Amino acid sequence: MLFAKANKSIELIDTFLNCIDQSLFLFKEGVKNYLYNNTENFNNNLLSLANAEIESDKLRKEIERALFTQSLMPQMRGDIMRLLEEMDNIIDQAKKSLFQFDVETPHIPPELIPDFERLTQISVSAAESAMPAAKAYFTEPINVNEKLHRVYFYEKETDVLADIIRRKIFREMPDLKLSEKFHLRYFTLHIENISDIAEKVADLLSIMAIKRIE
Amino acid sequence: MLIWVFISSGLFLGWKLGANSAANIFGTAVGARMIKFKIAAIIASVFIVLGAVFQGYGAADTLSQLGSIDALGAAFTVSLCSALVIIIMTRNKLSVSTSQAIVGAIIGWCYFTSKHIDYLILTKIVSSWISAPLLGGLFSALLFLMLRKFHLKSKIHLIKQEALTRIALIITGAFGAYSLGANNIANVMGVFINAVSFTIKLGSVTFQSTQVLFFLGSLAIALGIITYGKKAMENIKGEFINLTPESAIVVVLSQAIVLFLFSSSTVSKNLINLGLPTIPLVPVSSTQVLAGSVIGIGLAKGLQEVKLKIVGNILIGWILTPIFSGFLTFFSLFFVNSIFGVAITHKVPIVTNNLSSNAILFNISLEYSPLTFLFFLSIVLIFCTWVFFTYKKSKAKLQENERRWAEQLHFSEFQKALNDIEVNTIHLENDTLATQLEERKKELITYSLNIGQQRELLDSICKSIEKAVNVKNSDEKNLILTNELIRIKQKKSFTTEAEKIYQNAEQAHTEFLSRLLSKYPNLTNQEKRLLVLLRIGLSTKEIAPVLNISTKSVEIGRHRLRKKINLNKDENLIQFVKSM
Repeated sequence: MLFAKANKSIELIDTFLNCIDQSLFLFKEGVKNYLYNNTENFNNNLLSLANAEIESDKLRKEIERALFTQSLMPQMRGDIMRLLEEMDNIIDQAKKSLFQFDVETPHIPPELIPDFERLTQISVSAAESAMPAAKAYFTEPINVNEKLHRVYFYEKETDVLADIIRRKIFREMPDLKLSEKFHLRYFTLHIENISDIAEKVADLLSIMAIKRIE
Repeated sequence: MLIWVFISSGLFLGWKLGANSAANIFGTAVGARMIKFKIAAIIASVFIVLGAVFQGYGAADTLSQLGSIDALGAAFTVSLCSALVIIIMTRNKLSVSTSQAIVGAIIGWCYFTSKHIDYLILTKIVSSWISAPLLGGLFSALLFLMLRKFHLKSKIHLIKQEALTRIALIITGAFGAYSLGANNIANVMGVFINAVSFTIKLGSVTFQSTQVLFFLGSLAIALGIITYGKKAMENIKGEFINLTPESAIVVVLSQAIVLFLFSSSTVSKNLINLGLPTIPLVPVSSTQVLAGSVIGIGLAKGLQEVKLKIVGNILIGWILTPIFSGFLTFFSLFFVNSIFGVAITHKVPIVTNNLSSNAILFNISLEYSPLTFLFFLSIVLIFCTWVFFTYKKSKAKLQENERRWAEQLHFSEFQKALNDIEVNTIHLENDTLATQLEERKKELITYSLNIGQQRELLDSICKSIEKAVNVKNSDEKNLILTNELIRIKQKKSFTTEAEKIYQNAEQAHTEFLSRLLSKYPNLTNQEKRLLVLLRIGLSTKEIAPVLNISTKSVEIGRHRLRKKINLNKDENLIQFVKSM
């Protein structure tokens, strides 16, 4: 009874984080299905991701309302809301990117498919690694930085791989039209963006953890 | 009646203490919006009263041992001088302690009355001024380290932890308020204990004068918190006690423990039983203990966190407050005693009430002349007036600030509205420009189409003439040429284009046309057209092809118009048309 409201808010935050984790998985599967022409599965992933995005927005608003109406953590709620917003950006970016696959249907040469698959996997791993760190912020802030180094590692790996793919597109594939090259370059950027947002989340978490440990 | 006049200075001191100390207990919790001020004020008030009534005797007894003030006039003066010193030093932003002010004032009284000062007690008290902040620092450092260790090891969710912090803040605040009441009531009412003695009977319960005094003093402290505490709590932002809620728990708890130790006779007895050195039961400054506790946390975090300015400020307060208070009391007593002849050393005889259940009987009034009574009454009145005007002034200042805020808000709203209007105007201008652009585009398209049509016509005529040239039959040749001539003549009249030009002119001058018709309803269509074309600034030569008539006909038309609208010879038709 004493912690009923607190427990409800904790549940909301956990559900929100799980929702983002799930959407990352959907994005990864969606790209994979697109690359291997599994149209039906791709469409299912797209639909589920769109629903997850709506759900995450709803949850975020509910958490914000709880933080304000229950006057929870007046000193920290600004940081927490920013964190939730940044995390919501991950799901937004994932949805946007997958929709771009659906709308623009980029032609990906077969020799680039494994590269794109790996790029998606690493970029999503960066974002996935931010989830345990975010959870740790609420329960054991001392372990946040320990968990964050994985985010930075995957983000760097994503950058390197995206660079390799772009070089391959522009230097080793003379048969592709310039428009196709540009198109592929944009899609590497879209996938790369997810790890970039994860890095932003990691930066924010790192500062927030220091504030809590102090 | 007189007793209330005398103890009013003590009550005022209590009010001031409450106003200043409120922030020390619940300041961070209220400042960080973790606890509402109303809840904080109620808890603090209740526990201060409880602490004062149940545990206030120890410290008050030590204070009376230092100087047993046995005259109400002297007690009033001592209390008043302490309050004045606090006000003056607070105004000058110097660290001030009620305990030091009251001790200084008692010593001033001792010197004035040539009473013996118990230096052992004085040493105890002065040493407590050093040991209390040190103990506060020690406790807070230990508690902080323990809490941090607990924080790092426990895996409690942040939100649950926050709920626990709120509860802890309330509990420590209540304990802090209890200890403050227990320890600091001596400062407020300690000087009156030996100066007045009476009993109050409420049914079967009898209350001693000390109990009543402590109760009233604690009520004054509570009143200080309720009336002035909010402002004090809001003002702590940026001060040294602007802590995180977790640190606030530690600081308030260590402060409460220290104040409790310096006022608990039970702890003292237990220490004696254990053969340990006792803690003197003396009133200590809650602000200084708090400062010591903050420094303790700073030391626990690292030396760079310690604000040396706070230490310096406390040291200045230690030295200045008792000296200033002592001198002020000495001279005030001289003034009171010499001019008004108020007794400042004799003991007031006591009459214990045993008549009725609710009656209180005093014989104090017998000791003082009416002049003395008037003097003290006037002092009290002056004080009340001062408090009233200070309150009014601060209220007026608050209102002024609110008014300024409202004005600023109004101004910003006004500016916003102005900006909106500007934006709307720009939008409107843009729309107009867009419409004009659209019209120009349409015109351009029309011209292009016209050029195309003209070219097609010319091509067609060329072909017909070429055909006529090639035709040998003269009748057929004549027929073709005649047909083409008719076509050229028809086209030459430019009826469609002329109609369009007139329509555009008419659209632009609809108001003019309506005015014209209302004034001259018998104008023919041709005359109306002529007037519209004159208004848009076309010359006779330009009007002729538009109306498909000769220039001579235009001139005749103008002449007829002048007659119809009754224009004099010296009046210009064009000017008349444009001025309409």
